[in-house]
Amino acid sequence: MLKRISGRVISKGVASGSALVSNAPLSFLGGVNPTTGEIIDPRHELYGCAVAKRVLIFPTGKGSTVGSYVIYQLKKKGVAPAAIINEVSDTIIAVGAIISGLPLIDKLEINPISSIKTESNVLVNCFEGFIEVEL
Amino acid sequence: MYLTREEERILSGECGLGKQKAMEILAALGEIYGADKLIPIESAQIAGVSYKTIGDAGLEYLADLTGKVVVPAMLNPMGMDRFRWKELGIDSTFFEKQMAIIRRYEMLGVEAQCTCTPYYIRAPRKGTHLSWSESSAVSYANSVLKARTNREGGPSALAAAMIGKTPNYGFHLDENRIPEILVKLQFQLVGADYGTLGYVVGRMVRSKIPAFSFVNQPRDDELKALGAGMAASGSVALFHLDTTGKYEETLEVQPADIRLHSTGEADAVVLGCPHCSRAELIEIERFLHGRKVQRPLWVCTSRFVAQRAAKTVSRIEETGARVICDTCMIVSPAFEGCHMMVNSGKAFEYGPSLCRSPTIMGSTEACVEKACSA
Repeated sequence: MLKRISGRVISKGVASGSALVSNAPLSFLGGVNPTTGEIIDPRHELYGCAVAKRVLIFPTGKGSTVGSYVIYQLKKKGVAPAAIINEVSDTIIAVGAIISGLPLIDKLEINPISSIKTESNVLVNCFEGFIEVEL
Repeated sequence: MYLTREEERILSGECGLGKQKAMEILAALGEIYGADKLIPIESAQIAGVSYKTIGDAGLEYLADLTGKVVVPAMLNPMGMDRFRWKELGIDSTFFEKQMAIIRRYEMLGVEAQCTCTPYYIRAPRKGTHLSWSESSAVSYANSVLKARTNREGGPSALAAAMIGKTPNYGFHLDENRIPEILVKLQFQLVGADYGTLGYVVGRMVRSKIPAFSFVNQPRDDELKALGAGMAASGSVALFHLDTTGKYEETLEVQPADIRLHSTGEADAVVLGCPHCSRAELIEIERFLHGRKVQRPLWVCTSRFVAQRAAKTVSRIEETGARVICDTCMIVSPAFEGCHMMVNSGKAFEYGPSLCRSPTIMGSTEACVEKACSA
């Protein structure tokens, strides 16, 4: 059933894509290759996955604030996520999404990590503050 | 978060894309951290300067950015001394990229003073609000100068500088500045002991606000070292020296706790983390007392302080030591992999992780002795 779930808009925009879900906080600096979008931190559970065009779902950011610039570089290289969903966004991911024009939403009514499966199709509407997903 | 009509206009893009993006960042941070409004800031200090740290990703962002800062803004140290980069073994590709970053910041109206001690150039007034990023400068501003700043990331400090405001949350509010843990010491500390103490206490209190009960009254340079160590090994952004009040938690520090295991080889001795004050330069000169150094001794400071202590700097350099400006051992690639001896709790924390440098720690005097011994 297609379900609409409200959340808090951090960065505006609309996008859809296939979900890539992780339970682990993500550092973009050192964690994601800025020119290919591949997750390169061998300790991360998404190691080897590509974030390009995916709706990337993870709890929150971590690490250096330079991570914001890495998100920007991903966008310029055309390998950024389509949108990001966090449990609760932090400064690094929020700033990265805003400067890159990526939709970012957090504080959804349900926990996105336990409810959304990788490869589900997700629509993120960060003009109106909801996502739509097949649950 | 409440926005004034003027702030709404900026957010809607009426004042250009650069300002709009900056306002979006501040509005989002205000939302995330529950700020009620934006408040004016006196100055900004922006991290994300060294090409070693921000790389092509940061350079690309800065190259696309438009607008101007509207309050005085300075920079964190960069990856080299802008004039003596060759002596540091920096290659010309790094030099070009680094100077491109500096030029971009200058075009945005930021002063190219690259230092973690901007308060030696212009001290913020007590009670004023700031958007500073470098962790030891944040600690010094909050704790010693009694100004108010959160520990900003580079992009959020830059956004605040372009709007001249910051969201009102965290350390801007009285209720978040109350000490949480009493740290008691019943013995005398001198010099580099404070950096070590900071390193040790930061690990224990993590992000809590400590209040210190000292036997002797520390000098400002010692408080700088204390705050730098705590901000690096923990994430302490504010500490107090006034211990009146009630504490639920007390931490007693014994002399043995601050005796760090610190023996090993040193290819080079590197001082000035955070950047040396004039008094610290004079102290280094005194410990050297004209002897020639037997291994490399690098002393990091701001260009501003070096220019005002020119005689001291030249006497230090006559010994074969080098006083370098704009940079430090942590953000420059020059010290990567080098076995370092430092007098700083902060450099002791970051040397192994950010420079892959086995790092040992000693007092300023011990560091100078090491440099003068074969």
